[in-house]
Amino acid sequence: MATSHAPSHADNGKYYVPHDTQWPIIGSVALFTLMLGVVSYLNEWAGGWAFIPGAAILAFMFFGWFGTVIDENERGMYNLAVDRSFRMGMIWFIFSEIMFFAAFFGALFYARTLSVPWIGGEGVKVFNKIFLWPEFNAGWPSNGPAQLSPRENGSFEVIPAFGLPAINTLILLTSGVTITIAHHALKAGNRAMLNVFLAATFLLGFLFVGLQATEYMEAYQHYGLQLGTGIYGSTFFMLTGFHGLHVTIGAIMLTVIWLRTMKGHFTPTRHFGFEAVAWYWHFVDVVWLGLFVFVYWI
Amino acid sequence: MAHEHAAAHDDHHQAPTGLMRWIKTTNHKDIGTLYLIFSAVMFFVGGAMAMVIRAELFKPGMQFVDPSFFNSMTTVHALAMIFGAVMPAWVGLANWMIPLQIGAPDMALPRMNNFSFWILPFAFTLLLIGFFVPGGAPAGGWTLYPPLVLQGGDSLPMAIFAVHLMGASSIMGVINVIVTIMNMRAPGMTLLRMPLFVWTWLITAYLLIAVMPVLAGAVTMLLTDHFFGTSFFSAAGGGDPVMFQHIFWFFGHPEVYILILPAFGIVSEIIPTFSRKPLFGYEAMVYASASIAFLSFIVWAHHMFTVGMPLAGQMFFMLSTMLIAIPTGVKVFNWCATLWRGSLTFETPMLFALAFLFLFTCGGFSGLMLAIVPADFQYHDTYFVVAHFHYVLVPGAVFAIMAGVYYWMPKWTGHMYDEKLGKWHFWLSAIFVNVLFFPQHFLGLAGMPRRIPDYSTQFADWNMVSSLGAFGFGLSQLLFPYIIWKCVKGGAPAPARAWEGAHGLEWEVPSPAPHHTWDEAPSMAVIARGAEH
Repeated sequence: MATSHAPSHADNGKYYVPHDTQWPIIGSVALFTLMLGVVSYLNEWAGGWAFIPGAAILAFMFFGWFGTVIDENERGMYNLAVDRSFRMGMIWFIFSEIMFFAAFFGALFYARTLSVPWIGGEGVKVFNKIFLWPEFNAGWPSNGPAQLSPRENGSFEVIPAFGLPAINTLILLTSGVTITIAHHALKAGNRAMLNVFLAATFLLGFLFVGLQATEYMEAYQHYGLQLGTGIYGSTFFMLTGFHGLHVTIGAIMLTVIWLRTMKGHFTPTRHFGFEAVAWYWHFVDVVWLGLFVFVYWI
Repeated sequence: MAHEHAAAHDDHHQAPTGLMRWIKTTNHKDIGTLYLIFSAVMFFVGGAMAMVIRAELFKPGMQFVDPSFFNSMTTVHALAMIFGAVMPAWVGLANWMIPLQIGAPDMALPRMNNFSFWILPFAFTLLLIGFFVPGGAPAGGWTLYPPLVLQGGDSLPMAIFAVHLMGASSIMGVINVIVTIMNMRAPGMTLLRMPLFVWTWLITAYLLIAVMPVLAGAVTMLLTDHFFGTSFFSAAGGGDPVMFQHIFWFFGHPEVYILILPAFGIVSEIIPTFSRKPLFGYEAMVYASASIAFLSFIVWAHHMFTVGMPLAGQMFFMLSTMLIAIPTGVKVFNWCATLWRGSLTFETPMLFALAFLFLFTCGGFSGLMLAIVPADFQYHDTYFVVAHFHYVLVPGAVFAIMAGVYYWMPKWTGHMYDEKLGKWHFWLSAIFVNVLFFPQHFLGLAGMPRRIPDYSTQFADWNMVSSLGAFGFGLSQLLFPYIIWKCVKGGAPAPARAWEGAHGLEWEVPSPAPHHTWDEAPSMAVIARGAEH
């Protein structure tokens, strides 16, 4: 990547520098409106409708901005150097996403190995056991000494790993295979196979999200496991929730890519959009494996 | 239409004029200017808050503001200065100078570049309108520690979303910096020929992209703890308020190097120029910067020695913190060795760079004192800490920004600034900054706690001195925008190489730099001439 002779000027034509653009300012207004809407909702100044204006402008921005880029790309305005910039940009964006999940994984590990045992009186924190919470039995999963739970007796159960989560693991891993088959088909010029396997990938993605929603309903209704169920509920729902959000976004992106392949976009040699989404998909896949092992299994 | 296609590549087009030019621009120089103007505005907004703080602390007792508003002042002053003044100034300088210095036609992702700037004014609007909602602006300190910050009023979600937006802006900005440096260098501009400003910015960019998302995660947990009943930071549910401090400082410590590494880069450009000598130990400077960046990830808990931590943890974080003195010492040594037997002249950028060298080192030494666990038990949350980080941030980062602005202003405007006024600005700043912050060491060692609006009478004398220094420093900064405005309007015409001893590709283009530069990559000879570090 970091070769000493970055041929930014050398290959086919100049580096494309767009002259002016209205999309970023629309995006900034959208984000501001959206955030103000969420603030209004949280502070009970307004109802749930407050989300709508910002989200609508944001969606408009995405259509417009990506539409412009796709159009310029189809007109051949991007040389290989621009392509390489997009690739590096996407890689570092995914890296930043990994670090976002790292914060929540860090919270999980900290709670499991440090804060819960400390509350239970481990080591020098023995006075916690003697004076503060003599009843508290520090183990994992834990909802803390206050036994926060929707149930009267303060109990809750966890989702067993080798039920729905294992099936979801299989679904995501399969989708990782199908997108690779689709990529090979694209490179081989086999458009029919590309379309089928890409469709299979995003359908598996949406199936995953659907099953995850089922699991959430089960947890809320029958397991006593909710967002407010102490530190276990917090880490469980924040980790799986942000992951589910990313799967949803990834599946939407895959759908867009599928619509583009149906329109005949992408060539066997130039298909950055496809690859970027495939990278993103593998990223949500790997995060899920971490979740399956550390949240559900051990 | 064939012409339409060609128009996209046309570099001699008429840019949109008026306000729309600035709103829609994708030009790295325009966006750099926007960032720098925004930074200056936030510098004076944050500075005004500092004046309120120092006015209240001028003498013991309550004078002007109520304690809650005072706490909002310290909180928002810090957020405005860190995320609004210093970081955008660095991104602005990066935008202006990196493409010029590596021979690139623009930043790699120009539309995203515009986006990363224009998010910022909205982010700070969101933060600052917090003053006008029930409960007032956030008052729990810029570190946003729970449970205190969770007791804030309606401005809490505003501050959290403002931090999210600043983070999004930073992440997009640094993706652009990384991709530009990795992909847009002119052929022949090898990594070890890059100017140190480019190198330190590259390292800064890696730090930012690794830690900004962690801050986003931390403040998201605050939001859900407050509004959605999670227990991340509540012991009742099995969480721990100290966990926030760990996650926050995993961001926060690399963040302080994000604020200072580009300063190292600028000083490493300016000292060789005005010593008329190549930088001593160029490669050592690169490796020292990278070492500092690496170490910055494994020292975070030195901000929280007093919260109660296993002894092994205290030892580890104390020793890893002290290790940072080694690469920093390499840097200070190399700057001194560059000066050694140089043919020195003392124009304003050089004066600021030399003040940086002395005063940043001073701040570094008080940092070493703070790294010692038993000593830190005494210093923690006193004015000694305030003195320490203001020494590294004001005569450190801010002086380096000012040095960079004076150094490159002839390239931006095509005029030399008023050297006499520049020297006045320097001497007033350098004297008052010490009157302002040096007595705070004494106050801290005597036990005055930080973040309080009133204090015991034995602290009165030095507080008055410090406040007088603050008013002097604040007033002298008004010279800065005047000097810049005067330089934009006119002055002696600047040659392409505005400083006799300057090297680097930015001095190979005319002054003022044309709207588009390095459309054709510089030749090998030009690069070799520029790379005489």
